[in-house]
Order: sequence, then C-alpha cells, then structure tokens
Amino acid sequence: MARLLAPVLVMLGLAAPPAIALAETVAITNAHIYSMGPSGEIASGVVVVSGGRITAVGASARIPDGARIIDAHGDVVTPGLVATNTPLSTVEIAEGVEETNDNATASGVISAAFDVQYAVNPNSVLIPIARLGGVTDAVITPTLSGRHERKNMIFAGQAAVIHLGQGPDLLEKTHAGMVLVMGEDGARIAGGSRAAEFVLLAGLVEDVRAYVHNLANYDLGHSRAYGLSRQDLEALIPVVEGREPLMISVHRAADIRQVLRLAKDQKLKIILEGAEEAWSLAPEIAAAQVPVLLSGYADLPQSFDMIGSTLENAARLNAAGVLIGIENPPIYEGGRTPRIDAGRAVAHGLPFAAALASITINPARIWGVADRIGSLEPGKDADIVIWSGDPLEPMSAPTAIMIKGVEQPLRSRDLDLRDRYLHPTDLPPAYH
Amino acid sequence: MRRFVLLVVSATAIACAAGCATQMPAPPKTQAVNPKPVAAGPGPEKTTEAKVLPPGLDPSVNPDPYPSTYRPLPSATTAIVNARILSPGAPEIRQGGLVMNGGKIAAVGADVKPPPGATIIDAHGRVLTPGIIDPHSHLGVYPSPGVEAMSDGNEATDPNTAQVWSEHSVWPQDPGFAHALAGGVTTLEILPGSANLFGGRSVVLKNVAATTVQAMKFPGAPYDLKMACGENPKRVYGGKGRAPSTNMGNVAGYRAAWIAARDYQRKWDDYRAKVAKGEKADAPLRNLQLDTLSGVLRGEIRIQNHCYRADEMAQMIDISHEFGFHIAAFHHASESYKIADLLRREGICSVTWAEWWGFKMESFDGIEENVAMLQRAGACATLSSDDENLVQHLNVEAALAMAAGNRAGLNITRPEAIGWITLNPAKALGIDAKTGSLEVGKMADVVLWSADPFSVYAIPDQVYIDGGLAWDAHDPAYQPKSDFMLGQPAVGGQR
Repeated sequence: MARLLAPVLVMLGLAAPPAIALAETVAITNAHIYSMGPSGEIASGVVVVSGGRITAVGASARIPDGARIIDAHGDVVTPGLVATNTPLSTVEIAEGVEETNDNATASGVISAAFDVQYAVNPNSVLIPIARLGGVTDAVITPTLSGRHERKNMIFAGQAAVIHLGQGPDLLEKTHAGMVLVMGEDGARIAGGSRAAEFVLLAGLVEDVRAYVHNLANYDLGHSRAYGLSRQDLEALIPVVEGREPLMISVHRAADIRQVLRLAKDQKLKIILEGAEEAWSLAPEIAAAQVPVLLSGYADLPQSFDMIGSTLENAARLNAAGVLIGIENPPIYEGGRTPRIDAGRAVAHGLPFAAALASITINPARIWGVADRIGSLEPGKDADIVIWSGDPLEPMSAPTAIMIKGVEQPLRSRDLDLRDRYLHPTDLPPAYH
Repeated sequence: MRRFVLLVVSATAIACAAGCATQMPAPPKTQAVNPKPVAAGPGPEKTTEAKVLPPGLDPSVNPDPYPSTYRPLPSATTAIVNARILSPGAPEIRQGGLVMNGGKIAAVGADVKPPPGATIIDAHGRVLTPGIIDPHSHLGVYPSPGVEAMSDGNEATDPNTAQVWSEHSVWPQDPGFAHALAGGVTTLEILPGSANLFGGRSVVLKNVAATTVQAMKFPGAPYDLKMACGENPKRVYGGKGRAPSTNMGNVAGYRAAWIAARDYQRKWDDYRAKVAKGEKADAPLRNLQLDTLSGVLRGEIRIQNHCYRADEMAQMIDISHEFGFHIAAFHHASESYKIADLLRREGICSVTWAEWWGFKMESFDGIEENVAMLQRAGACATLSSDDENLVQHLNVEAALAMAAGNRAGLNITRPEAIGWITLNPAKALGIDAKTGSLEVGKMADVVLWSADPFSVYAIPDQVYIDGGLAWDAHDPAYQPKSDFMLGQPAVGGQR
C-alpha cells in the first residue's frame, strides 16, 4: 500500500516506482457508489480492483481472498475526474516564464502537426495538486499561439490524454483530437474577418483531400501548392476522413450554425468548444449528435461573440440531449479541479448526475477513451476517488485517490509549503 | 451649492477603527473654504490678508471634488424572520430575525420582534449574511465586453501615475456589476491595474445600478492609492527600455516618489505658515500626483499594495516606516502566510485568494490555506476576486479556503470564514464601522441565501443594499440590467 510504502521510499530518497509495480487487489467497501456506468448509483456497495483494473462493482460484489480492504464508511466513491481542455503538464508557469510554456507554437511550419504529447512533463509539480482535486486523468489540448507569422495557422494542434499517476509515462492516448480555433481569435489569424475563416478552412480541408489523392506527385513536386506544410497535411488526414475528432473553439450562435453545416458537408467528426451561445440552438446540436465542451463559469458578454453567455448553458444543452463536458480552466487560473464548476452548473439547473457525468464519463466519451476511463465498470482502469462528502461541494475533498489501481499519496508541493510554515521551529523554515 | 465633505477627519477615524498598529499622523486642521473668485484689477494683491487661491489651485480646498451622489434604493421597514444568521464576530444564530429600517439594521438576533407595519419575509430557515465586499475588483475599468475601446484600467504610460483616479475610468454600464450583485456583492473597491509602481487612486462603490459613477460612490469611504510590487511594473517598463526593470529599480522608484511627496508637503506647509503670519508667499504649483501621495503621508488616503512575495512585502513595510505612512493591505499576497506575525504586528490586511496561484513566479508559492493561516496568526485576512467571474462566487472561494484550513487542523469557524468576504475586506477599506457585519446601526447590506452560503449550490435569493431590495433571483423586477444588454436578441438569462 502506498500509504505504508511511501515514507520508506522518501527515506531512501527514491522516486516512486512505475505505477504497475504497486497495483494490488483492493476492495473498497461500504461505498456510496456513483458508478457513472451501467451500475448507476449504489447506496452501499463494493468496488473491487485487481491488476490496475476494476474487476467488480456492485451492492454485493464478491471480495477476493487476500484483498486489501478500504472501508469507505458510507462515503461517496466516484470514478476519478477527467480534466478536459487543460494545459496541465505542458505549462509550469504561464506568465513571465515562457520557456516552460509548451502548449502552443508560433512555428511557421507546424500548426495542425503540433502535438502536445511531446511536451508532457511527468515531474510537473502541478500534477499532484490537480490530483488532490480528485482529477485522475486529463485531456491536454494545445492552444493557439498569439504570435503566428502565417495567416493560415488556425489549427492549434493535436490533443493527448494523460493519467495523473506517478511514473515516467503518463500518456493514455495520443492524437486524441485536433484543435481548431474559430470566432474572434481565429478571425484575427485569418486576416481579421470570420468570413475569411470559413473560406480558409474549407480550402484547407480540400487541400488535405487533394494531398491524399496525389501523394506520389507531391513527393515529385508535381502537385499544386497547398496552404499547409507536409507535416500539417499529414496530421489532418485522419481528421478529414472523420476518424479523429476536430475540436472547434467557437462562441456565437451564427458561427456554431456554420460550423455544424461545414461538418455535415465535409463529413467531419467535431466537438464544439466554448460554445457560450450553444443553448440557443440546442435542438440542432443534439440532432447533429455533436458534443459540447463548455465552461462552468462563463456567464458574461466578455466579447461580442458571447453576448448570450449564461450559466444555464450546461443545463439547457443537457436537457436537449446534447452530450456535454465541463472544461477545467488552467490550474494556474483557479482550475485546481473541475468539480466546483460542475457544482455551479447544478446551482443553475443541471441535474447532479449529469453534472458528475460532465466531468467523468462524458469527456471520456467525447475524447474516445470511454473504454478505459470515466466510469466504474469491470475492465476499466481503476481510477477511483473516495470523497469526504458530496464531490461537487467545496467543503468536500478526496480522502483516497487510486490511479490504475495504485493508491496515490495525498501530498503536493503546496502542502509541503503549508506544513513548513505552519509548524515553525527554532531553525529557519528552510531546515524543515 | 457644492457640498464639502471633510473627508480628512472621518477617513482617519475610520482608518484607525480598522486597527492601525502604527500611529497615524494627525490630520491637518484644514479649513474648508468656499473658493471665491479672485477680484480682477490692476496692482498686486495685498498679502497681509488671508489669501484665497483661484479654484482648483489649493488642494486643501474642496478635497472631494467628485462627490458621491449615492442615494439608497427605495426601502420599507422590513423584517426577515425564521432565518439562520451568519455574521462575523458573533456565534451563528440558528433561528433568528433581522429588521431593516431607514437603510440601517435596526435589530438582529434570536428574539427579534417585527415592528408594527413592517414587511415580513419568512426565510424558512435560509441563511442571512452580510453583503459580500470585494476589495479587489476591476469591474467598470476592465468591463465586459472586454474590448480595447474600454480597456481603461491601466494608465501604463509612466511608472508613477498616482495622479489618476480609477473612478474616472469606471463604466457604470458594465454588465459585470449586476452579475456580481447576483452573487451577493454589495460593495466593491475598483482599483487601477498593477502595471505601475503607483497605479492611481481606487474608489469604493456600492453595487447599485446607476448611470454615473458618482451615484455609486460609497458615501464617506476613504480613498486608496494602488501601489504594485514585483514583476508587473518591471516587465511593463523594463520592456520599454526604461526604469524600473528590476526589483531594486522598483524600490528606488517608490522612494523617489515619497521624497518628492514629502518635499511637496513641506512647500505647502511653508506657504501656509507664511500666509498665517501675513508674510508674502507664493503658493506651490498644485500637482495631482503629489496631492495623492501627500494625502497618504497625512493618513487620509490608504495604501492598497499589489505584492505577492513575503520578502517584497517586508521591503514595502520598511519603506512605509522610512517615510511615515501605513499600508492598509497587501493585495494578492500569495506568501502572506510566511510572514503572518509581521503582518499582524503591522496591522496590515492580506487581500488574497484560495484557488488562484502559480500563474507567475511571484505567485508560485500561493497556497489554499493562506487566509486560514493568517486568521490563526491573528492577522487580518480577506479574499477577493480580481476577476469578473470569481466575484460572483466569493462564497465558494471562502468555503474552499475554510475547508483547506480545517484539513490543516486550524479549526476555522463559519463566522470567521464569512468574515473573509465581509467584515475583513471592510477593514481593509476602512469602512468596517459602516458595513461588513449584521450589527445594529450598520448599513442594511444583507444577503438571503437559497442554501448554506458555503455550498456551491447556494445562490442569493435576495440582496439588500442600505435596506433596499437590489436583487431578487425570483423576480425580474428586481434584476437590474445594463443598457448594453437591452435589445440584444441573444441574451441568455439573468446570469
């Protein structure tokens, strides 16, 4: 058990060993389970974990011989939260330390080909802090650099899914999706008008299709000029073929409508992001079966693109049958955890179960990793949190966190700082 | 007839009610005199008679040239009964009542009897708290929509712009004010940004819908001067190839400004002494920048100092001792917990966050337990938003901070935690004698919550400002809407 082993490792000055080495057979008993899967809510049940995976969930699941028992004492047990659309692990300090900012590029050659998987830093001190917010998995999305030299760089690049366990390899899924920025930010890069964005995008999609059909000629220099580099064209092939989702940051209702039309015409699999005015065309979005990743706090007309921004966006989209995920702002912008934003959506009309889904199973489905994370189901990764109370309430906190079957230490750099100054001694704080 | 508010005396009295550890300089006995037109005519004036300078040239005449025109909303005598009452500095009352009359709290407690004729509201066990006070806001100066045309919060043209006043940038139609009101915020301090060593004067506003900023100004609230430590000024000016570009450049900049302010003050004192003796004297040329700085030195204007790091705060305290002024509060103050004892001794509040940290080097050591640790050390601890979204949810920020403190074993009580967003910010702003807690005689700034305010599910059902119903979540007639939002087909809801 990590709780016993961790101090020993600290004493020996060793880094934690790879996660799988500690995976054990565990039964979490007396658990108020929100499975977010077929088992639904179980007022008092058991979750069994073995070999890093969930093996049973139920009111009376059999506890294997020799399993370590964690008695939840009736507390809430949920799947680990999924932080979606975060730069976690690719940005350490956002402002004034640009050299630690690796989630955007101003390269003149690479936009769609930009791939955040190569920037993931498992030693980021922000990861344990996010983990203490109950987050066990995160979707790392690139952002658009404000410094692009070329005017057709409206793609921010490719997303990756990571877990927040310990060890050198956090990647769960690469090429999880392509990020495209439209609205005012995209318009700026497209020459100042959103009208240009749509023309540009349609042209780029045609370029990728033409490139695929003329690969041999491209290498011989016999194809026409394309608007993107070879790396970008290659990265976009699974997107134009509808195999990889295209997440489009878009805000105002008119733009969302155009995006839906474009996706239909071009047969693209899209995810709407931001989408502050999406509520006003919720039935159309539901009919198109397009999921929405939205902010859990946006409610102001912060630009002319989001005059209709409201905290009821989540509730209205959900009621219309749209699959929604609530995003997690960057951890250094107050986003230690997405759970409070999900709770806020409940205060503004979203049912509790839908809110919990919006930060667990829904983002897992939207990003194509629901076969492994996002719910407590046999066969899935054992990413599990035991809570001191309602997981969406600020007064609650995780009391145990398990990732891939490994119980995580409830420690982080900020708790080290806290304890150093909470308990002064005769020596300066640097000595303790 | 212009009203002359003797801000000098009241401001100092309030300031010390806020708990000054260091002795405030005595206020000057400034006589407010009606400026009279100077008689035109040939020949020099006789200097042996009391001389009145032309309007605007003597800073001691008319110290409040942009006076508050605030008028409370209409109100009736109202009794809220069957409420759980949560107010700082007092045990929580499980079941009690509160009476508002004439804009003030007339009664509060477990055994309050509604006066005859009062409007009675049955809270059915819901929670009453004081109105939330946000001591660090840029609503109005960085309004929504966040367009360049109205980006008026930072006069980033010189490291010292003590001469500017944030109230001259406030756009009262910022839809963010109504959203903050929907979140229970009844009072805000609007500060200039932190690009400059001296950013300018701040203004304290009542969160009422108004067409002019004057009609929002909190009557009698002292003025504040925004100062900024650290990375922002040196980045802004160092980036332009001018001073300051380092922390030591910042400190040299502060000191040079205070020297100039002391010198300016001396020149005016000399002038007044000569005039008093009937000697010939030329008045110094009035300087708006130095007016504000010397107002600080006289104890009339309070310092609100953007400063993240413990070591930088300690430097600023030394500067305050060198020149003889008091810092009311350090803002952001991510590392206050490292020097909690020093801040307690100096009587300086910390205006910080629970969840915002780590966005730059100087905030990298911010921790959720900051306010709780300050509270236990006996220092003045407050939360703030600095953000148009967070301002709507300061109750949740307080809950997160309380929970973190209690996980650290600090046993923070609910009245203490509610104090972080009510009474303590009032102390930081020097208005705690008037608002910030549910006490008889104070302004009836009151929030009735739909559920426990430390729950994310709680929203303010009703918000009263000076006894007037300013917001009702269930009655569109009491939901103010900015002119900007009128006629917009896309508007999505009250919030």
